[in-house]
Amino acid sequence: MNRSPKKDTSSWRAITESKLFFPLLALTLILLVDLFFVPGFFKLETKEGHLYGNLIDILRNGSTVMLLAIGMTLVIATGGVDLSVGAVMAIAASVAAIMMNPVIIGVKLPPDLLKFINDPNFTYAPLWEVIVVTLFVATICGLWNGFLVAYAKIQPMVATLILMIAGRGIAQLITNGVRIQIFYEPYAFIGSGWLILPFSLYIVAAVYLIAWFLTRKTAIGLFIESVGINARSSFFSGIDEKKIKLLAYTFCGFCAGVAGLVTSSNIRTSDANNIGLNYELDAILAVVIGGTLMSGGRFSLLASLIGALVIQATTTSMYALGVPANAVLAIKGLVVIFVILLYSEQVRGIIRRLTAHKGSLS
Amino acid sequence: MEDSGYIVEMRGIRKEFPGVQALADINFFLKRGEIHALVGENGAGKSTLIKVLTGAERPDAGVIILDGEEVTVKSPLHAQKLGISTVYQEINLCPNLTVAENILIGREPMRRGRIHWKAMNDHAQQLLERLDISIDVTQLLGSYSVAIQQMVAIARALEITSAKVLILDEPTSSLDVHETAQLFNVMRKLKSEGVAIIFITHFLDQVYEISDRITVLRNGQWMGTYETSELPRLELIAKMIGRSLTELDEMSKIKLESRKNIKGEVLLEARNLGLSGAIEPFDLDLHAGEVVGFAGLLGSGRTEISHLLFGVAKPDSGTLKLNQEIVKKFSPQASIGRGVALCPEDRKAAGIVDELTIRENIILALQAGRGWFKYLSLQQQYEMADRYIKLLNIATPSADQPVKNLSGGNQQKVILARWLATNPQLLILDEPTRGIDVGAKAEIQKLVLSLAEEGKSCVFISSELEEVLRTSHRIAVLRDRKKVTEFAGEVDEHTIIQAMAGGEA
Repeated sequence: MNRSPKKDTSSWRAITESKLFFPLLALTLILLVDLFFVPGFFKLETKEGHLYGNLIDILRNGSTVMLLAIGMTLVIATGGVDLSVGAVMAIAASVAAIMMNPVIIGVKLPPDLLKFINDPNFTYAPLWEVIVVTLFVATICGLWNGFLVAYAKIQPMVATLILMIAGRGIAQLITNGVRIQIFYEPYAFIGSGWLILPFSLYIVAAVYLIAWFLTRKTAIGLFIESVGINARSSFFSGIDEKKIKLLAYTFCGFCAGVAGLVTSSNIRTSDANNIGLNYELDAILAVVIGGTLMSGGRFSLLASLIGALVIQATTTSMYALGVPANAVLAIKGLVVIFVILLYSEQVRGIIRRLTAHKGSLS
Repeated sequence: MEDSGYIVEMRGIRKEFPGVQALADINFFLKRGEIHALVGENGAGKSTLIKVLTGAERPDAGVIILDGEEVTVKSPLHAQKLGISTVYQEINLCPNLTVAENILIGREPMRRGRIHWKAMNDHAQQLLERLDISIDVTQLLGSYSVAIQQMVAIARALEITSAKVLILDEPTSSLDVHETAQLFNVMRKLKSEGVAIIFITHFLDQVYEISDRITVLRNGQWMGTYETSELPRLELIAKMIGRSLTELDEMSKIKLESRKNIKGEVLLEARNLGLSGAIEPFDLDLHAGEVVGFAGLLGSGRTEISHLLFGVAKPDSGTLKLNQEIVKKFSPQASIGRGVALCPEDRKAAGIVDELTIRENIILALQAGRGWFKYLSLQQQYEMADRYIKLLNIATPSADQPVKNLSGGNQQKVILARWLATNPQLLILDEPTRGIDVGAKAEIQKLVLSLAEEGKSCVFISSELEEVLRTSHRIAVLRDRKKVTEFAGEVDEHTIIQAMAGGEA
């Protein structure tokens, strides 16, 4: 039992074994590249009381994936995956748009209201109602996924693939296949407003706090990890695996709903075909970069958020460096490979051996 | 020694895994044309011995002599080339291919670069006829019974080489009586053709029905090889569980001291409780302060009973009463609420959550009972973990170690702590001492008795009869998924073994 002769290295080890270490390392490396090659990358400006700059851009553009990554972390920690979040975003956007402007689906407005339809202060349903109903619908989508996975025992990838494919169809049905422009200014504030920082960041913070509270101040986080590591042992210990999974997928749907609100209000349209397209993959990637295993188990919400920022920082840096747009994806792939390799036991073993060797020389 | 008609001689085979002596100087001799039963409880070393013979594991010491020549078996493939074929418990065939394809997959007869289907089907038919089986080989394998699939697996094993040695690993575990008889016919046929068969099974009836000789292993030790006709059933069981019949009388007594604590009231009452395919309907009473032992060989239904009592499985007949109330909800959660706890048999698969820390593992069941929102504070968690680490002598530098870093015995103690933390009135322990050292075993036995003194009720399940006798006030005996009898008070090992063996022992 007593095998700690190198006690002095244990704090270093505690840092490197922390879930935050590798995502932060990756983020730092990317920003270092910017520091040397992009003059003024870190410059922050204040215009009309709003902060602007590349760093703010990374946070702002990364907020959608951060929101998705929060929910996705819980799902992946149970040993599952949710492919439908992008499609749920589209559904959410369609629901929100149709509530503000229901003319498209044949709701008859009195003529005196109809002339206001493109007015930035007009909405058919009040804003709070739009938000509540949209999030409710998205949460129901998550509940559906959770039901298929936990109770119908369908493999997560297959179960959520159903909604991934059907979701965009549903989103189009809701809006009758029309892209609805959003003119209502207060709604646009959700995704494009500023309170010194971009407003969407406050939303990310709020959702993160909810998730953090649910998983770290109640037993839910422990149970999610336990189910993800060993579902049978968890069952024998009295944990209701099904309810835990149902909760994770439902919360993931909720997060996708919030992400749908943010995105649609930012681009001011409900574009059922393009909103959230391929975002599920970025969200999964963010979680993986954050160090949660796809097989489930231990997770860190904060590390997933940093994972999302790693992805966004890569993209933003590429553009700042002047990398042609058609090369960005390939380079993004390289960054991902780099981070994932850091997690591989083999590579870690090599690094450990190398550093150990250096230690003996000095 | 002269060439004694042995096809396989394994001498002085030794194999060590980290911390476990899996095989200690095993001698195993297999004659040409015999059916040789290899028996022993779980962990006795049967499968390790087979793995050594088939090249899946390399022995640390010892020699294997095949047909008079010393050989080094490099891999299962190499073993097949040497003429050693194995049919495993789970059938490794493809149910969606035809019988003929399954038998000849990878070695299909070819003609002009294409499979010669007719030759293939004819050849498969011949191979099966050799086993006295006539079925349509062009049908999908999945359309036949498990028994037939088993025969196909054998046919395939024989086709691969002209097998001299055939190993059947628990071939009858999923067969019914009729199918087993069919399999035995095939085995006798092969035997008459000179094939030596190693037959691994838990069913003693079958050992006596078909085998010529028996080798008994226990805890990696060779307990002897006997002519089947000269080894009475009782003696066989005594050897498997490691008691010599002469030292029967010295047992018991200690636990009788705590007998006076048993109160009259019935804590648990099972009437006609059963689940088809798992355990036949049984009656059982448990009193507060009582330790009831379950004795029975592996597969006798002892684990199935514990699953019913804890609600892992739902019974399909009978009633279960706890504190005079009929139990309606069968689930681990409901059981925790009722004050019932189960340390399951399979520590790795159903016990520990290996990536979680000791602290988290210990509070897991208690927290599951409290639900999602009444979360124990970190301070409470540490207090609880530290208390049990001390109480059970769990060897660890801190409560924050992942459980996977602990030894098997300490992991077992963590699971025990998990259930003690729920403060149960009934604690079911299924093989709580398997794979742990002698000192820890004694500690756990003592703990069980002291729990009974506190008025808790315990069910103690173990394959080690000595242990069951030492800790239990009353012993229920199980055989072939049936509760056959119950002994209260003074009882000797001999009587219990007799009940476990049943039949004409």
